[in-house]
Amino acid sequence: MHDDLILVAWTLVKVLAITLPLVIAVAMFVYWERKVIGWMHVRLGPNEIGPLGLLQAFADVVKLLIKEIVVPANANRFLFFMAPLMALIPALAVWAVVPFSQGLVLSNVNAGVLYLLAMSSMGVYGIILAGWASNSRYALLGAMRSAAQVVSYELAMGMALVCVLVLAGSLNLTVIVDAQQGGLLHWFWLPLLPVMVIYFVSGVAETNRAPFDVAEGESEIVAGFHVEYSGSAFAIFFLAEYANMILVSFLAPILFFGGWMSPFPASWGLLGAPGFFWLFAKAFVFAFLFLWFRATFPRYRYDQIMRLGWKVFIPITIVWVLVAGCLKYFHIVTPGA
Amino acid sequence: MEEIRNYTMNFGPQHPAAHGVLRLILEMDGEVVTHADPHIGLLHRGTEKLAESKPFNQSIGYMDRLDYVSMMCNEHAYVRAIERLCGVEAPIRAQYIRTLFDEITRILNHLLWIGSSALDLGAMAVFLYAFREREELMDCYEAVSGARLHATYYRPGGVYRDLPARMPQYRESPWHKGTDLKRLNAWRGGSMLDFLAAFADDFPRRVDEYEELLTGNRIWKQRTVDIGVVSPEQAQAWGMSGPMLRGSGIAWDLRKKQPYAAYADVDFDIPVGANGDCYDRYLVRVAEMRQSNRIIRQCVDWLRANPGPVMLDTHKIAPPDRESMKNDMEALIHHFKLFTEGYCVPEGEVYSAVEAPKGEFGVYMISDGANKPFRVKLRAPGFAHLSSMNTIVKGHMLADVVAMMGTYDIVFGEIDR
Repeated sequence: MHDDLILVAWTLVKVLAITLPLVIAVAMFVYWERKVIGWMHVRLGPNEIGPLGLLQAFADVVKLLIKEIVVPANANRFLFFMAPLMALIPALAVWAVVPFSQGLVLSNVNAGVLYLLAMSSMGVYGIILAGWASNSRYALLGAMRSAAQVVSYELAMGMALVCVLVLAGSLNLTVIVDAQQGGLLHWFWLPLLPVMVIYFVSGVAETNRAPFDVAEGESEIVAGFHVEYSGSAFAIFFLAEYANMILVSFLAPILFFGGWMSPFPASWGLLGAPGFFWLFAKAFVFAFLFLWFRATFPRYRYDQIMRLGWKVFIPITIVWVLVAGCLKYFHIVTPGA
Repeated sequence: MEEIRNYTMNFGPQHPAAHGVLRLILEMDGEVVTHADPHIGLLHRGTEKLAESKPFNQSIGYMDRLDYVSMMCNEHAYVRAIERLCGVEAPIRAQYIRTLFDEITRILNHLLWIGSSALDLGAMAVFLYAFREREELMDCYEAVSGARLHATYYRPGGVYRDLPARMPQYRESPWHKGTDLKRLNAWRGGSMLDFLAAFADDFPRRVDEYEELLTGNRIWKQRTVDIGVVSPEQAQAWGMSGPMLRGSGIAWDLRKKQPYAAYADVDFDIPVGANGDCYDRYLVRVAEMRQSNRIIRQCVDWLRANPGPVMLDTHKIAPPDRESMKNDMEALIHHFKLFTEGYCVPEGEVYSAVEAPKGEFGVYMISDGANKPFRVKLRAPGFAHLSSMNTIVKGHMLADVVAMMGTYDIVFGEIDR
């Protein structure tokens, strides 16, 4: 009994140790996004609140928290308030299996990738419910779009992950990283290059980010599924979206770029040693790509996204599953060597 | 079983892509639009009626507020109508200044268009790049008239005053300092014409920048190619003009077909599209920016070489200069009469049209010999374009409606008047 309590408390501490930095990371990521996009747009970005505008994101959070939440007439109140939680809970829960370094993981489950896929597809329920419960036509359109989009890109992403699983021979994320030992050329990006691209693009689509942000589509359906949300309810959607972006940015290096391994040979001393900072540096690069895309690309049309997903990505990944199988079977790629 | 009903969506007037205050009632079958019903009139200010109750010159400012993105072109049509009724012609230097500013206005308009239409399709960067250049041209507006948008610079008989000999410079401030200030003032050392010459040299590079982001972009192409196709027959039947008509492959441009101001003396081409889709209209407008830049360069060269009067010296229409008022009784009387009563325009009616950036902007004016027009009717290109909305938009998806509204280049100031 006593041991159980300690275990629960210890787990809770670990959960907090992941969640709190994550929330702060989201805030700083929002700031960084606005700064980066500002620079790309020949403007300044936030620069007023705090030194260099660093506290802008926190000011925004405070503003959102003290705002009134307006519930539209004839909205389904229960689902209306459930929806943001439905979006946030999977977005946080999924971090349980993400390893930050060797052994530094909340729960080192063997079905890690499976859990990951399950959780990330749960997130779409929040969006669909939000769209439906708002009793708004714009929101409903956004929900329909996002449902179709997430389902089809989940498939492409799942197939891309299968390639990784074939090479690594495990669903455990730590084992997947270990299977990429041996330096830059042993990481999975090389044998799985097209799949890596597909994985990341699907990740962008899954998180409803530009150029796949049709579910929000500012200029078409105003704000899509969360058009009726304000105040803290909106903030929660926002938090979930950015947490998912950071997640995709972390998973890309874990699955394809050797996680916490160093890109340099081990003989380079500190530079060649593995460590969580390598994972964070790689994740930062991918997170930056999200922002770069947003600053540059026009938005796809909803049916064009479907076409890209079903007619391009899924066939390529299916073929590459075979390729990956052959690579493994004929020992062209020998993981963990 | 219950009958399946289409979905009606109220698109606007408070919609980010409604370009002002368009209210579009969309009947949708899923994402596909089956019927689009544009409602207008939310920005109606009664310009035509207001013009009937004011001396001729006092309505020039209202013309700026019609299509508030191409201000001086509207003024041009109005001022020309008065000039034609009076049977006067502005001095040649004024004609060149008008040509210059018409083309500056065209670039201003197309810059706003390329920015907002890219923003509608989700490409935010182009919007801010375009506004960077707009700022420089707006400074030219400010330099000649004191106002950045509503200039009231053209007057019957010429333009308000000659081009400034010194381009205003940025002063040091917490926002503009150091190298930033130096960069902003780099072109501003000399006269306004020097500034424009520097701008014209640099501008093609800027247009290349927009094109790099859009023209070859596959997403941009997927969103615009074969979207909102207007056939040449349709374009003519709906009374379209400007880039809408030229995008459909009809090389109609009033600047070439009925030259006015100094357009007969400058060298430029009319870009035309082939398919009449959104992408062609985009290409036409981008090409027009380059052509306008060519015209600006020619005008700058001409204006540098040919000083002269910019206003008629018949003081029945044009006010005398302030200096002569100090010691000339006649001039003082002219000034008093012009600024109290205005001038009377001979009886008659006239239609004067200019090639505004959005198409043919026309002023139909009837004078009964008084100091106010009897009737002014404004022909706004956007009105004709918008009326074709339902025909063109039918069968497209919601996202395409946004793309098309972008390339229609609608401004409600002129549609609602």
